[in-house]
Amino acid sequence: MDINSNKYTFIFSTVMVVVVGSLLAIAAVGLKPFQSENVKREKMQNILSSVGITVTAEEAGDKFNQYITDQIIINGNGEVKETDLKAFDVDVLKDYKSGMSNIYSANKDDEAAMRKALMSFGKGGANFPLFVYSGDDGSKKYIVPMVGKGLWGPIWGYVAINSDGNTVAGATFDHKTETPGLGAEIKEGWFSEPFIGKKLFDENGNYVSVSVVKGGAPEDDMHGVDAISGGTITSNGVSEMVYRTLKIYEPYFKSLNNSVAKVEEPEVEIPVSDSLTTDSLVVDTLNNQIN
Amino acid sequence: MSTAVAEEVKEEVKKEPLFSKKNKKLITDPLDDSNPITVQVLGICSALAITVQVKQAVVMSLSVLVVLIGSTFITSVLRNMIPSRVRIIVQLVIVAAMVILVDQVLKAFVYDVSKQLSVFVGLIITNCIIMGRIEAFSLANKPWPSFLDAVGNAAGYGLILIVVAFFRELLGSGKLWGFQLIPQSFYDFGYANNGLMILPPMALIVVGVYIWVQRSKNTKLIEA
Repeated sequence: MDINSNKYTFIFSTVMVVVVGSLLAIAAVGLKPFQSENVKREKMQNILSSVGITVTAEEAGDKFNQYITDQIIINGNGEVKETDLKAFDVDVLKDYKSGMSNIYSANKDDEAAMRKALMSFGKGGANFPLFVYSGDDGSKKYIVPMVGKGLWGPIWGYVAINSDGNTVAGATFDHKTETPGLGAEIKEGWFSEPFIGKKLFDENGNYVSVSVVKGGAPEDDMHGVDAISGGTITSNGVSEMVYRTLKIYEPYFKSLNNSVAKVEEPEVEIPVSDSLTTDSLVVDTLNNQIN
Repeated sequence: MSTAVAEEVKEEVKKEPLFSKKNKKLITDPLDDSNPITVQVLGICSALAITVQVKQAVVMSLSVLVVLIGSTFITSVLRNMIPSRVRIIVQLVIVAAMVILVDQVLKAFVYDVSKQLSVFVGLIITNCIIMGRIEAFSLANKPWPSFLDAVGNAAGYGLILIVVAFFRELLGSGKLWGFQLIPQSFYDFGYANNGLMILPPMALIVVGVYIWVQRSKNTKLIEA
C-alpha cells in the first residue's frame, strides 16, 4: 500500500487520534483519585501550618480531623450561614476568579454595597469558609482562608485568629508565580511569623487589620509587619488580601469578642458566670495572701 | 543438514551484536562530543529554569528520559508506516501524549516535585532535543539503536542539568538535595549564600563555564 496516498494519510491520522485520545482519557480518569487526594492533603497541610502544626502529606488527613473540630460557613454579612456545604469544599480561589474580585474592586470604599453584592453572589450568596481549630490544651483558633492578587498571579494564605477574635495566632502564605527571592518570600517563615500576636482591632474596637509596612514596622506596632524590600507589589497584595478578607469576617469576630466582653462586665440581668466567680475567688485568695 | 547449521551461524555472525562499537557510540557520544546542550545548544531554556535544586534537575532529567525513550521507540517502530507528509504532526502527537502521561503520573505520585516543576514538564513537548532526535534519528533507524540514541541524549542532557544544579544549589542556598551542607558556623563567620546563583542568568554562566572546560579538554570541538 502506498503510504503517501491521501487515503492512507487520512486513515492513519484518524486511527492515531482515536488511539492517543482514548489512551489519555483512560490515564486521566485512572489517576484522578490520586491527584485530587494530593490536592486535598496539601490544603490540609496548609490549614494546619497556619496554626503552627507541620505534618507530612501522609498524616495530613488524620491530623486534620483531630485538630479541626468544626467547619463554619460565613455569609457576606459576616454571619454564620446554615448550609450543607462543607467549609473545606469551598474553593476560595475559584470564587475569587469567577467574579468576587470584581465585587471587591467595584465596592472598594462602600462596605454596605459590597456586603449586599456578596449576599447575592452566585447561588445563594457568597460562602466564606472558617475552620475551627481546637488545640490539645482546649484553646480555640479560627482559621480564615484568603485569596488576593500578587504581582504576576494569585496569592493566597490562611490566617488564624485566637478565640478573642482579635489576636493573630499564625499565618501562612503562598503564591503561584511571584518572583523568586523577592515576592516569593511571602511563603517563607520570616515573613509570616511576625504576624503572630498582632491585633485586628485598635483599643477603641475599630477594625484596623494587619498590614505590611514598607521600610520595616516599628517594634511596638500592633498592626504592622515588615514588608519585603523589592517585593512591594506582592507585599501590598498581602496587606490588601488580609484587610479585605478579615473585614468580611469582622462581625463574626466581634461577636466572639463581645461574648467575652459580656462576661467581664456583667449586667444585672445576666447571672454571674462560673468563670467570673472562680476568677474573683482567685483574686480574693491572692489578696489574702498578700495581706 | 550441516550446511543449514553453518548458514545459521553465518547469519548470527552477520547480525550486529547488541552493544557493537557503533551502538556504544550512540550512548557515549551525546555525553561529550555531541552533547545536546553544550555542543548542539538544544534544550537550553529548561536547563536555565530548573537547575536551582538538584532534586528538580534529577526529576526533570528522568522525565525527559522517559519521554525521549517512549517517543523515539514508538516513532522508530512506526517509521515505515508514517506518511512523510504528516510526519511532524505525528511526532508531535506522540511526544505530546507521552508528556501528558508523564505529567499526570508525576501529579499523582510525586505531587510536591510536580508542583515545583510546574509548567516545565508540559514544556518538554517544546524541548528541541526530543523532536530533534525523532526527526534526525529514529525515523530512519531501527528501534534498538533509536533506544540507545534516546538514552544517550537524555543522559547527556541530564548530566548538564545535574552538574549545573549541583553548583547552583550548593553556592546559591548552601544545600544539596534539600539538605543543608554548609554548616551554620560558616554563616556565623560571615559566609553568605550567593543569591545570584538562584537567578536564571547564573545558569547560563555555569553552562558557559562548563562549555569552556569541555572545549579546553576536548580540542575536537574547537571551531577554527
